[in-house]
Amino acid sequence: MSDTKSPHHKPCEECERNESVDLERRRFIKISLKILGGLGTACAFFPFLSSLQPSRRTLAVNGPVSVDLSQLQPGQTLTVKWRGKPIWVVRRTQAMLEQLQKNNPELRDPNSRVPQQPSFAQNPWRSLHPEYLVLVGVCTHLGCVPRYHMQDNDHTQTSGFYCPCHGSRFDMAGRVYRHMPAPINLEVPPYRFVNAHTLIIGETL
Amino acid sequence: MKQTVFEWLRVRLPLDIAWRRYFSHYYLAKNLNIWYVWGALALLVLVSQGITGFWLTMFYTPTIQHAFQSIQTLMRDVPYGWLFRYMHTTGASAIFFILYLHIFRGLLYGSYQRPRELVWIIGVMLWITMLLESVLGYLLPWGQLSYWGAQVITAMLGVVPYVGDALVTWIRGDFSIGQPTLQRFFAFHVIGIPVFLSLLTLLHLVALRHVGSSNPDGIKVPKRASPATRAFYPFFVLKDCLAMTIFLTIFCVMVFFYPHLGGYLIDPANAVPADPFVTPNPLTPMWYMAPFYGMLRAIPNKSAGICTMFTAMGLLFLLPCLDKSPVSSMRYKGLYSRLALSLLIISVGVLGYVGINEPTAINQLCAQVATGCYFFYFIGMPWYTRFESTRPLPEFLA
Repeated sequence: MSDTKSPHHKPCEECERNESVDLERRRFIKISLKILGGLGTACAFFPFLSSLQPSRRTLAVNGPVSVDLSQLQPGQTLTVKWRGKPIWVVRRTQAMLEQLQKNNPELRDPNSRVPQQPSFAQNPWRSLHPEYLVLVGVCTHLGCVPRYHMQDNDHTQTSGFYCPCHGSRFDMAGRVYRHMPAPINLEVPPYRFVNAHTLIIGETL
Repeated sequence: MKQTVFEWLRVRLPLDIAWRRYFSHYYLAKNLNIWYVWGALALLVLVSQGITGFWLTMFYTPTIQHAFQSIQTLMRDVPYGWLFRYMHTTGASAIFFILYLHIFRGLLYGSYQRPRELVWIIGVMLWITMLLESVLGYLLPWGQLSYWGAQVITAMLGVVPYVGDALVTWIRGDFSIGQPTLQRFFAFHVIGIPVFLSLLTLLHLVALRHVGSSNPDGIKVPKRASPATRAFYPFFVLKDCLAMTIFLTIFCVMVFFYPHLGGYLIDPANAVPADPFVTPNPLTPMWYMAPFYGMLRAIPNKSAGICTMFTAMGLLFLLPCLDKSPVSSMRYKGLYSRLALSLLIISVGVLGYVGINEPTAINQLCAQVATGCYFFYFIGMPWYTRFESTRPLPEFLA
């Protein structure tokens, strides 16, 4: 028996002599080994991949934040950090609220059809309480932080938000104007009021 | 299609030739026993250490302010963080447990003899490099034992004549163990030493594949299919797989149920953050360094103790020249060799016991005698191997 006869020659002479090898049994063992080994390896991946998700510490740090609104005057804004992002709280004036309805024809999604807000905020003012607007201050185009601007003295431009990166404009409900780079309205985070002046950002009722 | 892809690969990257040479047509003596599975197990644990270590790096912060806290966060807050930390700490002890049995196999069957001298020498280098790797890694959790262990070990360099103190400061990068020390130990532990270890492992295996494994009878077997040999694949691969399965079962029991094992795997003193003003009492070395630490304690002179310790490790390199016996295996060596090896094992055990336990007068005496026995095994080897009567070797493997 020489090596040149077949590249897959049996490495053991006993095996060649032994004609009574149960090939069916051997095949079963091989397949079982492959399946069980594969399953075991797949399971071994689980803890390693699982560890990459946010840890309990990170989840705790990113829990709900409480905001005191008692000092916030009409027309003023307040920025708080939640999950590493700026959250704006704006106390809108009566004039701002009235302006919202007039903006509708110029907006891309005036009725907030795109789910960028909790269901309680899918209304004309995009908030739980019409007076208080709560928004995630991150542009829906490429993630810059837009700036709040008040109404001009000569009334040429209404108050709203303007993104310095690519010029997207949003109204006082965070709704994007037509022909802007940003595709959808600004996001409304989950929030709730504990009482008239205390806001909890990050959880709903 | 499949055939074409394989053909394209084969011409450019001859994996099938490597497979034949190193697995399917690599023939070993058929009488390899349980002492020949430790190499494969060491490789398994080394790979496991690499994976778990890589994962630990994602959660560890190498600063003296945050190192300890980052480990606590890993243990409590990161999903399954405890698992791969315990795998890494248990793995560190497991690899030395395996290596010591692997080295003992070498002593038992004369694996260091011609033509395997280089396999042996690279192996001893691997062992010493792994000791270094474990010393470096031990500082990282920044616990009490981390700090004081590194303090003691770096202070040993102070015995170098003339430049000792400067050398210690240079190694630490600070006047005591501090941020620079932690940061460089981290760099060496996660990148420098592992790269070197991988290279040494590769050389160890390539050299071994070239000369072939020794065997319990210590006689030459042909490097081809014969009645005395079996192919590495599937015979020895399957045997190694069985060994790995049994090993992993025990390893998992340790990781899941006894990750501290009475302080032998993780010392309770390391659950306290490093404090440069309080030395933990007692300061015990890891068990795998305890025999050498025992020698350090046995010699009542600082420089002599440290020199003895390092000489004791270095003597392993010289074994290929020291053994003058005409046979390799303990099966055919004479009474003197058997006594000397038994004496070595007992003395290592005694030194380990003394290294871990409180130094008392009787302990010191035992350690001194044991140190003497340890050195006798090596220094006396050229004589006792030459002048003993060996048994006749068989012509071939039955």
